[in-house]
Amino acid sequence: MNRDINAREADVLIIGGGPAGLAAAVRLWDSGVRSLMILEREKQLGGILRQCIHDGFGLTRFGTTLSGPEYARRFIDEVEKRGIPCLTNAAVIDIRPLTPEDSGTGGPLLKSVTAATRDGLRKWRAKAVVLAMGCRERTRGALAIPGERPAGVFTAGVAQAYMNLYNRMPAREAVILGSGDIGMIMARRLTLEGAHVQAVFEVLPYPSGLPRNIEQCLNDYHIPLHLSHTVTAIHGGARLTGVTVSEVDSRMKPIPGTEKDCPCDTLILSVGLIPENELSLDAGVKLDGRTRGAEVDEFFQTSVPGVFSAGNVLHVHDLVDFVSLEAEALAGSCAAYLSGGLPECALNILTDRSVNHTVPMRISGARDVSLSLRPSRPFRDCRLTAVQNGREIASKSMKKAIPAEMIHLEIPAARLAGEGDITVSIVAQEGERGGN
Amino acid sequence: MEKLLADDREPILWDYLVIGGGVVGSAIARELSRYMGRQGQGQGQGPGVSGGPFPLSFNPALKIGVLEKNPDVCCETSGRNTAVIHGGFAYDTGSLKARFCVEGNRGMTKLAEDLDFRFIRTGKVLIGNTDADMASLKRTMAQGERNGVEGLRLMDGEELHRRVPSVNGKFAMWSPNSGIVDPFMYTIALAENAAMNGVRYFLNTGVTAAAFDTAEKVYRVTTNRGVFRSRWVINSAGLSCGQVSDMLGLTGYRVVFSKDHYIILDQRCGADVPLPLYTVPSNTYMGIHVTPTVDGNVLVGPDAEEFPDLPLSGDGSGPLYDVPQRNIDFLAEDASILWPHIHKKDYIRTYCGILPKWTDENGVIQDFRIEIRDDIAPQAVNLVGIESPGLTCAVPIARHVVSMIREREPLEERPDFNGRRKGIRRFADMTDTERAEAIRRDPDYGELVCRCERVSRAEILQAIRNPLGVETMTGIKYRTRSMMGRCQGGYCQMRVEQMLEEEKHRSETEILYSRPGSQVLFGKVREAGGETARPCAPAGTGASCPSEVRQ
Repeated sequence: MNRDINAREADVLIIGGGPAGLAAAVRLWDSGVRSLMILEREKQLGGILRQCIHDGFGLTRFGTTLSGPEYARRFIDEVEKRGIPCLTNAAVIDIRPLTPEDSGTGGPLLKSVTAATRDGLRKWRAKAVVLAMGCRERTRGALAIPGERPAGVFTAGVAQAYMNLYNRMPAREAVILGSGDIGMIMARRLTLEGAHVQAVFEVLPYPSGLPRNIEQCLNDYHIPLHLSHTVTAIHGGARLTGVTVSEVDSRMKPIPGTEKDCPCDTLILSVGLIPENELSLDAGVKLDGRTRGAEVDEFFQTSVPGVFSAGNVLHVHDLVDFVSLEAEALAGSCAAYLSGGLPECALNILTDRSVNHTVPMRISGARDVSLSLRPSRPFRDCRLTAVQNGREIASKSMKKAIPAEMIHLEIPAARLAGEGDITVSIVAQEGERGGN
Repeated sequence: MEKLLADDREPILWDYLVIGGGVVGSAIARELSRYMGRQGQGQGQGPGVSGGPFPLSFNPALKIGVLEKNPDVCCETSGRNTAVIHGGFAYDTGSLKARFCVEGNRGMTKLAEDLDFRFIRTGKVLIGNTDADMASLKRTMAQGERNGVEGLRLMDGEELHRRVPSVNGKFAMWSPNSGIVDPFMYTIALAENAAMNGVRYFLNTGVTAAAFDTAEKVYRVTTNRGVFRSRWVINSAGLSCGQVSDMLGLTGYRVVFSKDHYIILDQRCGADVPLPLYTVPSNTYMGIHVTPTVDGNVLVGPDAEEFPDLPLSGDGSGPLYDVPQRNIDFLAEDASILWPHIHKKDYIRTYCGILPKWTDENGVIQDFRIEIRDDIAPQAVNLVGIESPGLTCAVPIARHVVSMIREREPLEERPDFNGRRKGIRRFADMTDTERAEAIRRDPDYGELVCRCERVSRAEILQAIRNPLGVETMTGIKYRTRSMMGRCQGGYCQMRVEQMLEEEKHRSETEILYSRPGSQVLFGKVREAGGETARPCAPAGTGASCPSEVRQ
């Protein structure tokens, strides 16, 4: 089956035509890679940006504020200008590395990719595959929120799609659980379209989303944000009739006696995003337990040689601008891989408990690298350090560091020793304490 | 279709009206549809139904109807259980439960083949650790042998761990014939096959009264959609069996309700649970089970909380199917003793089901009750306390019911009964060659609507055009598995909702999630000049939207 004579050949297949896939495609093309193809399961390119009609995109990347579709359009225009091939309405159902025998080349092993389209089942054999599938939302079921199962419980992205893509109104009287960015943006969107948003409840003692969204989406509309609160019961056998909300203690356990009933017809969940890696797993890609994305080296190469990953499928970003930048960095590595291979990455990046994770997880030491990371809790007046063999090789002082905002740390190759793992940590400079 | 039903229900004299379209009611309706009355017994030709992809035809001799108060056939107990096909060793020798369970188990392979639903004979283990457990297993084994269960034997720890490396336990009883089933498609398949053979389903039709006219020898069955007249009624109302029994004058049954809670784990866990893992039951406590589903998910549960009255939702829409926090915590903790791999990151969903149990005055659970009381309620078959193992027993129960009727009136087999039914062909189950062929014949097979479960547009359309006329979101979910995977409809529910609007010519405010009143949407965001404003053309809008290739 893998030696399918109908399989087409390509240097690079990009799985997903959202911001990561589009940016990777343009940069690969400009690096001289011409045998490539974007595979997109939707009817249009653009990914989740299609439904993000609010503005605030592009400040870092373009120095101006754009809506999601506008931001996507800039990349789609670049793709179209170059005539980069893309196949929309094509759902990839299988990615797998071929055996040396099936691969039939002396060089790197080929990957087989299968997609379902209305024109038939399509197969390719590619030298490299770029995973750019984005992420999905954590659901009510994954949180195991207790209670009944009425209609009217939506993830923020579903509510957003109903409103912005399908022109359908999912709510009249809403409560929002989770202070993720999409939840706050939907609080504003629902309010603008005539629904009433009672409040946003957040189980953590600090907000999960960006400060600017708290200001522009909640405070501007007098929507209260209650920290250290969660939904402890869902009521209604048909349509939602209300939720019970409780205060939680420092271990995020509901405090008995603090229950409060909030009658409402809609509960919007903005409780986290999960990289969409089912295809990656089937391809044999090793995932990181903390990011739930692939384990990658500084070249964004996964544990399967020739399979690369960037954007929200690798780790969840707060700004699309960084997704584009990451995908462009990936494209450079991928082009280098095609023209002769990549150096080995033997230096592991470790974290202590102050840092949730870093990307990449392994580096070569041969060149300067920018690490992306998130603190595991909020810090004020703190110092971010990278230490190798007891020696500090990079550091950064920060007024504040919050989990909602990704931090970047430059690691200069000149300071690195050829051996020894690197540990990244954040230390509060005075009186280590949380709070926003 | 709706119009036809409303117009003709009053004048029709039904031969058999089945109250409750769950797995048992549908099995009974299907079993009855094998027969025709003796000449002159039936009420002549019923109206025909034309059109549609399914070969619906009216039984030329017998008019059989099913009254189902829900918008679908597997909304209550039939769809809310562990989905295990039991061996039959757990029930008192000589009981209907034991007899029908063994018979139902034996017939399940053929039934699943005939009706095209998924059944896997996984086998099952009852796992023990102590001397008392061993004694209990030996008693269970002896009872099983008396009940006619084949192949039961003890298994040592080594063999147990070879079969299930991830489980805790010292030894087990092995029941090779136990299995797992898709409870939704099993029920739906019985109902659809009944419909193919002329049975009429009346969904959203709840019975409020039933009175026997002794002069006419006909029941007048009052529903929210008018009065039905029928020669026979069959009470297979499940959770409402006590109420319907009371309506028939068969009073005095004490029915209690066992509310069972479950956690569903991700399909990634399924490889570690190849078959149902049960603990040795004690007198007081069954223990939490860890059971694979036919789709490779894992179920943790049930616990069992007993209620004297059916717990109802606060909004009056039906039974209370909530899963409280304490039950979730308990399930995870208790089942971890048996299978220590339950992690919150693998939770996909929780759910709850309720079993109606007939008990004596001391609270001891009784056998199934299946009766015809010619003295009190002639021409009525009364089924009370049909709980576990009802899923396994459905067809034997149905045969039993028909044999009781045949003792009272002659029924002849129809030569044209068709006991086979084909389900929706699933993209996910096909080989690549089959997929290519399916897409060639129907391009809708090449458009995936649900990414997690890989459900194509073709399957969703077939589900929406189901022969029972079900049009709820959960109805589509049960028939296709869309919205059932790890993203729980995050990707596909808008598409399914839109396809329902288009196919059924409904407005967005008419689309229901599950029960009556479970409205999904409140209207449009904006009305634009009488036209629907669509900022972006959503997926799944048109019949033809070929893949766009630019090269």
